[in-house]
Amino acid sequence: MSDVRGGAAQPTLVVEGLKTHFFTEAGVVKSVDGVDLSVSRGEILGLVGESGSGKSVTGFSILGLIDQPGRIVGGSVKLNGEELTTASPKRLRSLRGDRIAMIFQDPMMTLNPVLKIETQMIETLQAHIKIGHAEARARARDALGRVGIPSPEERLDSYPHQFSGGMRQRVAIAIALLHGPDLIIADEPTTALDVTIQAQILSEVQTLCRETGTALIWITHDLAIISGLADRVAVMYAGRIVETGAIAEVVSNPRHPYTYGLIGSVPSRNKRGQRLTQIPGMTPSFLSLPQGCAFAPRCPNADAKCLEMPELSPCPSAAHRARCFHPMPEGAEA
Amino acid sequence: MGYVINRLLQGLMVIAVMAVLVFIGVYAIGNPVDMLISPEADQAEIQATIVRMGLDKPLWEQFLAFINGALHGDLGTSFLYNEPAVRLILERFPATLELALAAILMAILVGIPLGVIAGLKPNGIVGRAIMTISILGFSLPTFWVGMMLIMIFAVNIGWLPSTGRGETASLFGVQWSFLTGDGLAHLILPAINLALFKTSLVIRLARAGTREVISQDYIKFARAKGLSEPRVILVHMMKNMMIPVVTVLGLEFGSVVAFAVVTETVFSWPGIGKLLISSIVHLDRPVIVAYLMLTVMLFVTINFLVDLIYALLDPRVRRKESA
Ligand SMILES: Nc1ncnc2c1ncn2[C@@H]1O[C@H](COP(=O)(O)OP(=O)(O)O)[C@@H](O)[C@H]1O
Ligand code: SF4
Ligand SMILES: [Mg+2]
Repeated sequence: MSDVRGGAAQPTLVVEGLKTHFFTEAGVVKSVDGVDLSVSRGEILGLVGESGSGKSVTGFSILGLIDQPGRIVGGSVKLNGEELTTASPKRLRSLRGDRIAMIFQDPMMTLNPVLKIETQMIETLQAHIKIGHAEARARARDALGRVGIPSPEERLDSYPHQFSGGMRQRVAIAIALLHGPDLIIADEPTTALDVTIQAQILSEVQTLCRETGTALIWITHDLAIISGLADRVAVMYAGRIVETGAIAEVVSNPRHPYTYGLIGSVPSRNKRGQRLTQIPGMTPSFLSLPQGCAFAPRCPNADAKCLEMPELSPCPSAAHRARCFHPMPEGAEA
Repeated sequence: MGYVINRLLQGLMVIAVMAVLVFIGVYAIGNPVDMLISPEADQAEIQATIVRMGLDKPLWEQFLAFINGALHGDLGTSFLYNEPAVRLILERFPATLELALAAILMAILVGIPLGVIAGLKPNGIVGRAIMTISILGFSLPTFWVGMMLIMIFAVNIGWLPSTGRGETASLFGVQWSFLTGDGLAHLILPAINLALFKTSLVIRLARAGTREVISQDYIKFARAKGLSEPRVILVHMMKNMMIPVVTVLGLEFGSVVAFAVVTETVFSWPGIGKLLISSIVHLDRPVIVAYLMLTVMLFVTINFLVDLIYALLDPRVRRKESA
């Protein structure tokens, strides 16, 4: 169950103790509060959690794209060993779009409505390399072709509103792939699309990443979507990773009560017709998190000990860890 | 193309409706003799005019005659100047047009950068200061600001002239002030005066647009692509932000021309605003009618141009309308 590929190779991305807080008038929103992640070449990491758990903020923190009133207040983000939290804005800009690319949730909003597709692709190329217009256009066309856009030459001259949602997301993916990045962060890129296109796009992106050795973080609120495609998974709750491990291991043997509940609410083939277990209660507000374990108010196993903050600890091995004092028994059927 | 023709027809409709309204207002309601003939005229003159103008004919014939005259550019003769009213207006129109364009240009050149800065840093000291200035620009009365400008820059410091157009030069057979140094100096104060209100408006529009656009996903995506900040702001943000600003500003152009009345009076600027005031004072009704008709045509023309520009700026409009 080791996630180290090729022995000593260092992971593409290592995030340790990342904290991103928003200093709002209502108080400090600790959207990301000590997140550890790592993903290696050609590996796919699923980042799973309910809406509002801090997944997008984690992604934007890695890119250094946190807007006021937010700020990275602690931790480290290393890309190929280079620290990004202290990197200059100039250095970050040169990495964004080149070594790290991001795909957003809503394809209808991602592309600039008043610029041609050609413009939006060529500017991405020219932001990072010296390249003439004709050559850039040829590369943009090939990139569109690679993500399955028919007659890419003509489509270059179109505006975003002339594409369907699925096609727009393919354009966004083509833009993300332009420079062959080391890491792609895909923030729920198929949530807004219908189910068949979701599956298609996910498997195509998987193939492209595997071919090029790109590390991929696939953010989703739906564990089922990635269970067949990701290598590892990190489950996020209220700004923290609560469980992480190889996807097959976590899905078949969830240890954190939250993950256990998530899997219970995933419709699966062998449980067809059975009522889905819902996790009782609601996602807590960041402004009124309970003391200790944030999941305690919704947790069937909670007791007095849970008023302290549990650590992300081996459960049972270092490859499968959970942040819980009273994990679910091993092999419990969700 | 269908879009353009559609808009043209709409404009012609508006002009036709306005012609009917003006006809009703000036000829059909009240005593047309009072409305159209100088109060100082004697009985024989009145009788002669009534016959000459066909006021003894049935209303529908009068309407046809009015429309016929309007189509031939004849909206009556000024009592005051004894010249065709349309010609009077057209002679003075370049002065007003020049003033209005200079004011709009100032409003854009000053208002857009300030609005963008205020929109990018809404809570900073600079952003707040800009908004305070724009509130002042909205609330200070134009004639008072005009007099202050004259007092400070013309009387106390003596840098700039305060009355008239100064020296003019001819371009396309029309006299313009901005072509000579002296004319330009004469243009500055009235243009600032007229621009003040619109600058405040542009600041607010640009700020609101900037704040709205800057939080859009496509701006974040542009940054995620690694584009430089100038490109994100000047291309991705501005192109979207300018759509409402240009639209509103274009539509406001007509009101700049109309509001020029106050500024033209304060600075003795010989434009149509000043002509209108003196026509009202002297009950020179043909000139007022001509002013109304030409202003309507101006508004319609501007609306048409704004629609075209809007379609140029926003590809989504182009497709929707042609589909
Ligand atoms: N600009 C912001 N200002 C204040 N709070 C924010 C801001 N952006 C995000 N947050 C907070 O961060 C939390 C996590 O958001 P997000 O990462 O988008 O969740 P997810 O992607 O998991 O659905 C949200 O609950 C929200 O309260
Ligand atoms: S630490 Fe306690 S409250 Fe938190 S998940 Fe584990 S058992 Fe539940
Ligand atoms: Mg999100």
